[in-house]
Amino acid sequence: MSGDHHHHHHDHDHDHDHLHPYDPEHHHPHRADQDDTMTYYRLMEEAVRELMIEKGLVTPDDIRAEVEAMDARVPANGAKVVARAWTDPEFKTRLIETPKEAIAEVGHDIGPMRLVVLENTPEVHNVVVCTLCSCYPRWILGIPPDWYKSRSYRSRVVREPRTVLREFGTEIADNREVRVHDSTADMRYFVLPMRPAGTEGMSEAELAALVHRDAMIGVTEVSA
Amino acid sequence: MARFAAGDRVRVHKQFPPTPPSHIRTPYYIRGLSGTVERVCGAFRNPEELAFGRPGTPEVPLYRVRFRQKDVWPDYEGNEADKIEIEIFEFWLDAEGDEA
Repeated sequence: MSGDHHHHHHDHDHDHDHLHPYDPEHHHPHRADQDDTMTYYRLMEEAVRELMIEKGLVTPDDIRAEVEAMDARVPANGAKVVARAWTDPEFKTRLIETPKEAIAEVGHDIGPMRLVVLENTPEVHNVVVCTLCSCYPRWILGIPPDWYKSRSYRSRVVREPRTVLREFGTEIADNREVRVHDSTADMRYFVLPMRPAGTEGMSEAELAALVHRDAMIGVTEVSA
Repeated sequence: MARFAAGDRVRVHKQFPPTPPSHIRTPYYIRGLSGTVERVCGAFRNPEELAFGRPGTPEVPLYRVRFRQKDVWPDYEGNEADKIEIEIFEFWLDAEGDEA
């Protein structure tokens, strides 16, 4: 199944039309419990699921296994890919040329996802958005953060990327190109951040621990 | 087969508004503008058909097209070299200078 497509983001009935710059101390207000509301789409999902089980098309165990597989997709998977690319130049070349095969070497299956790897360099900084909805490389990074889906991020980062990056605490030098990638169709995008200075002696695992989700979306850089 | 190749100059159709009801993947802000094909992504089923439960075949070539931010937003503040890249299906593109 392709969980990263365009027609079923129905968890938007709360206000996230504002940006949250990266701030580990920031506490997001809790989302209201929704387990007492049988919405149209929730009812439809339950009905379709029960029908499919009843007709023997899937088993409850298939559904549980798929949910567990989705839950296992987390930003740490992407961080492992980045750390490998930083320590193995040949891997980095393969990652850019044949992302699916290269990521499989690190032990992750990106399924049917068509991935484009965007390498940050001293000349170019890449940042990813989906202005039409919320396309995101879920097969490698898991579910997108709320701000990625917000109207504010989606509309502003294409138009004033440097200002938005600054709100995330990311200052891009004037002479460095900012390249925005609008994920409007069948490709998904993954930013390969630059390896920070002062990490020369670090192991691959230590490097992976430095890499956070937002750097792989391109709104932040990795620091040591 | 793909009509354009990497490096080709193309212009996005300027259609506003499309005939409703419709589902399109070419953002409003890029219509009518010229850019350079960055790569051919392959061919995919047409989302404008898929959205209505139709098969979306034959598959349509999809491109990543690179635009200068200064061309997209006349008041853009930032480096002259700043770019935006967007996936655009072939039937939204003309060769630059060739458009009707």
